[in-house]
Amino acid sequence: MMNQGDDPTGGTAGEQGRGAWLAGLLVFLALGVMPLVGLAQDVPAASATAYRDIPGLGSRNMVWVVAQLHLLLAGFVLGVPIFAWLCEIVGWKTGEKRYDKLAKEFTKLLTSSYATTALFGGILLFLLIGFYPKLMNYLADVFFPSFIVYCLLFLVETATLYLYWYGWDAMQDSKKGLHLFLGFLLNVFAFFIMIVPNSWATFQASPVVISEGTDLQRAWAATWNPTWWPVNIHRLIANVVLGGYICGAYAGIRYLSAKNEEEREHYDWMGYVGNFIGVFGLLPLPFAGYWLMREIYQYNQQMGITLMGGFLSWLFILQAMLIGVLFLGSNYYFWLGITHRIPGSEVKYRKPMMAMLIILLLCLGVWMTPHSLVASLEEARKMGGTHHPLLGVFGVMSAKMTVANLMILVTFMSFIMYWRAGKEETATWAKVARSLMGGVLGVAAIVVIVLGVWGYFVPAIVRINYFSVAQVLIVLFVMLTITPLTALLLRSAKTTTEMVWGKMPPRAGYALVLNAVMVILLMTLMGYARSSSRVHWHIYGVMRDSSQYAYSPALGYAAAFMSLNTFLFCMLVAFIFWVATMGDKAKANDAGGKGHGAQGTLPAMAGGAPALDERK
Amino acid sequence: MKGGVFLKPAILIVGVYVFLKIVLPLFTAPLPASLIFLYLALTTTGIVIFATLSGPSTDAFFGPIVRFLTGEGQGGAAQGARIAVLLLFPVLVGWQTYTSTAPSDQPPAENRTIHPAPPGEYTGLSNPVPNTPENVMTGKGLYAAFCSPCHGGNFDGKGPASRGFNPPPANFSDPTTIAMLQESYLFWRIKKGGVGLPIEGMPWKSAMPRWEVELPDEWIWKIIMGEYDGAHQKPRTWE
Ligand code: HEC
Repeated sequence: MMNQGDDPTGGTAGEQGRGAWLAGLLVFLALGVMPLVGLAQDVPAASATAYRDIPGLGSRNMVWVVAQLHLLLAGFVLGVPIFAWLCEIVGWKTGEKRYDKLAKEFTKLLTSSYATTALFGGILLFLLIGFYPKLMNYLADVFFPSFIVYCLLFLVETATLYLYWYGWDAMQDSKKGLHLFLGFLLNVFAFFIMIVPNSWATFQASPVVISEGTDLQRAWAATWNPTWWPVNIHRLIANVVLGGYICGAYAGIRYLSAKNEEEREHYDWMGYVGNFIGVFGLLPLPFAGYWLMREIYQYNQQMGITLMGGFLSWLFILQAMLIGVLFLGSNYYFWLGITHRIPGSEVKYRKPMMAMLIILLLCLGVWMTPHSLVASLEEARKMGGTHHPLLGVFGVMSAKMTVANLMILVTFMSFIMYWRAGKEETATWAKVARSLMGGVLGVAAIVVIVLGVWGYFVPAIVRINYFSVAQVLIVLFVMLTITPLTALLLRSAKTTTEMVWGKMPPRAGYALVLNAVMVILLMTLMGYARSSSRVHWHIYGVMRDSSQYAYSPALGYAAAFMSLNTFLFCMLVAFIFWVATMGDKAKANDAGGKGHGAQGTLPAMAGGAPALDERK
Repeated sequence: MKGGVFLKPAILIVGVYVFLKIVLPLFTAPLPASLIFLYLALTTTGIVIFATLSGPSTDAFFGPIVRFLTGEGQGGAAQGARIAVLLLFPVLVGWQTYTSTAPSDQPPAENRTIHPAPPGEYTGLSNPVPNTPENVMTGKGLYAAFCSPCHGGNFDGKGPASRGFNPPPANFSDPTTIAMLQESYLFWRIKKGGVGLPIEGMPWKSAMPRWEVELPDEWIWKIIMGEYDGAHQKPRTWE
């Protein structure tokens, strides 16, 4: 399997023919099945069993692990095609072969993860049907039409993926346009594959149940529930982040174990791209999360407070910590890129980096300060409650939104700094442009802070609907003005120092791995928050959980499961990647026999690349 | 000897500690240890990140540490110090383990949730009493009679009876109390009081009386209006 991609697949025409045939069949199937949907009503009522369990393991625990692994795999599988396709476009537009190669490498990881994702989906389905017959019966009753749609989507997605992957080399030249179109289709189908099950999960949290109407109308109403789109958008972005950071980690590990200069250069660059994609997705993520929380709170005060002020609010302190590490890790990687890939730039950038670091840490300090503090009796008495008179103000949304926006700004500027490093702007208006950018940035930061402080003195709804939105728009405005301006500036700039790839120290590779682990932990954490915010309901307000597991586990217990899931997922991914790249390794070893320069053949991880830690 | 590279970080950490532990409490309540620990951890992270930004700075920072720990070309005092560290480290770990497991008369740290989720039956309610100046006035009058002894005539939580309670009566003019909540939430809190809180709100820790016996619902809604008006706050709404 892993080697086939490198063999030219014969007969493109045949391939295409088959594709068209398959697509036709699917459309036919879709039309054929739809009328059957109506028959669903005639199915006799469910058996009396409401729950099954596996003693010792516990049904909830098993579903927890399998569902989380499925979701993580799915996130990866849906995120990667987005930027694989974008990379392919970049490669095609610029004619730079390395982008095409990178896109292909991403897609290789994709094909091998795809089957595992489906496998876990299958296991999850069997477990759900087995453990929760009553609930599943209800959901099937509401959602049967979308079950069918889902299956069809899966068929077309699989077919498209195979065509996209196996046709890569065959469609390289004259048929590149078609291949790109396939990539586009792949993403469209993938998007629908994500949002259809999202409707089932969000229905459980914010159900819309209508009693009259046809099956299709009922399913449609249930699908368009209040949290459906917020979750769709949030997950879409998060998948890109997950995909980016995992590819970054993959590159990091390959970099650490690289045995020759060429590999080191390639994986250094791939790590850079992965980190860039991760950061790129990370920037809008807090906005999307904020919107989601707002919709939840508005939908139901109880659920909103359970998450943000009640017993789940501690999860958001953990979340702040993980996101903080992610921001720090990503910026650290950018900065290491500046000091190591652009020789001699350290002196110039040390001060700005320090300033950015300090801002990030201050913001993080605010973000991580909880509203209700952990305090001993003695301390609480002195503070007058678990709510500090001064620092307590950091505990609420106005402060959190403000620092999140500032951290996004800083990270964006890290990237701009990286982009401009080693180049000298020659345009006559460079000076004006630079001060303009500085001005925009400074004003934006001040306005964001002012709005944040002012937010305490206006009614909640004004803050939520106007101030927070304004903050987000300001940050977006900064990005949308500075990016094209920088691009324009750099068009005429002359490069003073060439970027050298493959010179990053080992800790850069480890930073990439750390980022990936943080994202995975973050997703397991928020996955828990999402499902436990329903508290003792299977379907909020509609179907109660009457099993023996109708309680919220202690946070420590939950945290242990999050770690377990993260660990298992990392192992799975490592295994999949290992299998997928076994072929390359064998080839590289063949080639390696001929000797690859004077560099030691020990990987950097094993301390075999002292040159990477060289003193400049 | 190698004081140079470590001097600034050390000053920074000590400075942050002194600021949080001694300077800040001059102006406000002392910070709990958990928060000081958090901020110090962030400071340390920053130092490590900054020190490892480039090859030379990493060497300058970790070189002496590594050399000290590996004992490379050391003798005399340095060697002695190294052995001392070697011995002290396990002792430190042991001491830490002991203090965290030994029984003590200190009650465990608390994480009382200030705003736990309300019961479902209250979440959809809206204030049935029209917001007229008379109703607001009536509400303020009722507030003055029933609530101000604890929550204060100025709605600041500093009523004459407030000093005896831990946690203290809520300060309604603080933007992080009622301004974040919907009216229905207050209705629940006033009706059911401290004992009506769910377990994460530590119902045994609140002196807030349950008013459902003394006050009819309509009065409670009026008090809510008077309370927001008096504290110059607006309830959370969605339009
Ligand atoms: C015996 C003193 C006392 C009296 C009298 C009293 N309260 Fe309270 N109240 C408290 C304490 C203590 C708290 C804080 C602990 C808590 O949240 O339960 C509190 C909390 C509250 C809260 C919750 C605020 C928040 O941010 O969560 C509201 C609302 C409230 N009181 C309203 C009233 C109203 C209205 C009255 C008069 C009808 C009243 N209280 C009378 C002691 C009192």
